[in-house]
Amino acid sequence: MEVLKGRAWKVGHNIDTDLIIPARYLNRYDADFLASHCLEDIFPQLGQRINPGDILVAGRNFGCGSSREHAPVALKSVGFSCVIAESYARIFYRNAINIGLPVIVAPEAAQSINDQELLEVDPAGGLIRSLSSGRTYRGELLPPFMLEILDSGGLVPHVAGKVGRKCSK
Amino acid sequence: MGMTITEKILAAHAGKEWVSPGELINASLDLVLANDITGPMVVKEFEKIGVEKVFDRRKVVMIPDHFAPAKDIPSAQQCLEIREFSRVQGLEHYYEVGRNGIEHCFLPEQGLVVPGDVVIGADSHTCTYGALGAFSTGVGSTDLAVGMALGEIWFRVPESIKFVLYGKPKNRWVGGKDYILAIIGKIGVDGAQYKAMEFAGEAIEALSMDGRLTMANMAVEAGAKNGIIAPDEKTIEYVKVRAKRPWRVYTSDPDAAYAAVLEIDVTDLEPQVAFPHLPSNTKPVSASAGIKIDQVVIGSCTNGRWEDLVTAAHIIKGRKVHPEVRAIVIPGTQDIYLRAVREGLVETFIEAGAVVSTPTCGPCLGGYMGILAQGERAVSTTNRNFIGRMGHPDSEVYLAGPAVAAASAVLGRIASPEEVE
Repeated sequence: MEVLKGRAWKVGHNIDTDLIIPARYLNRYDADFLASHCLEDIFPQLGQRINPGDILVAGRNFGCGSSREHAPVALKSVGFSCVIAESYARIFYRNAINIGLPVIVAPEAAQSINDQELLEVDPAGGLIRSLSSGRTYRGELLPPFMLEILDSGGLVPHVAGKVGRKCSK
Repeated sequence: MGMTITEKILAAHAGKEWVSPGELINASLDLVLANDITGPMVVKEFEKIGVEKVFDRRKVVMIPDHFAPAKDIPSAQQCLEIREFSRVQGLEHYYEVGRNGIEHCFLPEQGLVVPGDVVIGADSHTCTYGALGAFSTGVGSTDLAVGMALGEIWFRVPESIKFVLYGKPKNRWVGGKDYILAIIGKIGVDGAQYKAMEFAGEAIEALSMDGRLTMANMAVEAGAKNGIIAPDEKTIEYVKVRAKRPWRVYTSDPDAAYAAVLEIDVTDLEPQVAFPHLPSNTKPVSASAGIKIDQVVIGSCTNGRWEDLVTAAHIIKGRKVHPEVRAIVIPGTQDIYLRAVREGLVETFIEAGAVVSTPTCGPCLGGYMGILAQGERAVSTTNRNFIGRMGHPDSEVYLAGPAVAAASAVLGRIASPEEVE
């Protein structure tokens, strides 16, 4: 899995999936539409301000609430390459891995990194380096089977490779 | 060392004698469920996997309930997608508008979930069915699509926290919603993260099935993987007239291991109110009184059941909804709705000046049927009071049980039921 590089966008604790993608937009599920409303009540017009590859840095219990997979889809489509948080709500965590968005548990990094710091992240090794501060953080390592899912590009291509015809993606 | 009820159900579905917390297992699925919001994404992912048919057409449930009856053209399109998929796949359990209800009210009512099941649903409140003694949890659309294709899913066996509720509430209006809000207030919105919440004790034994379903429903608001209550006579009474399949009762061993055991005395518990913007911001109603409100919603997968409507109707009967308040009552299923018509509850609500809607999740997630404008406040029997949950990002939601909601509707401010009696 490749090393990711981008600027930090910092949010607080208990960022719920209604904030990530409000239910008023759940009458559609195409990724570009969801991206255009991602986190809009926190960062209006995020899509026009983000650089592809940027990294979301969050506090505790990130992604709590609804099971809507629209949330990680929106984060990935708007341009985030991964999420670093102190902890995650469990459904969001599974969903993110399943759609191929790396999510890293790294309490120290999540607490110390400031908004807009330039980061380099190696999801497979759980390493986070701030090129702005020079500090290095170690996140929790993902279990091998989750890394395999991420490497396949998500759960469906992973499973399709085993049971179905070749996945179109 | 024994096992908890959650561990036993998971072990049985993984073909193992024994599982312990932290272990990764593949569990077979008794039922998988999706709705009109998550379902279209499930279908899209399912079609990419490359299997032709779902693993068992009798074990897949699809219900349009969130934005149904369709609130706009895109929603109608989403409902159409799951309807078409269900038809093509020959699903036995597709339930159309007019013959369904809010999924987590409908499935237990219709006996589609039974004790001992393992159930996944592409909806976070799938944990509701733990009240029947099933292991039941919410997942995303991709997990559901894969579960629907393979008939199994991986789980990390959760640690369990046991909540022992004892005593008898002095306040007659205290119910399941107040118990679960008090618990979430105590442990926080991530207090049971990744864990099983097991509810037990004499106060749970005394609680109705409707009250138990409300409690298990909100386990996810404490971050839990599942909420669960061991079946007792009440459960079996409820299940035996409904079940479409045989069931199996599991209970925790006396020497089962728990991550924590919390004992909670409910004797002096007051009705609870969760203030914006987290379900854990709870206060007793006596410390909440006086906050002026614009809307009341009584319904949802949390509190749209028969007993909830009876409680609300009892308080509202012969009174009027406050002139500056809109009260919206949403029976959880068509059966509950019909009973409410036959037994005069609908008349009570309408005479009081409330709206009675067909079953839908609608306003709970800010979909439709009662969206809040900027600066408005609602008391709601639903499950989440996040920023913008029921409408404008500058609106506020106060969560409560049906008794407080009904009293607040009458008085136009957050109020305790005693104030109207």
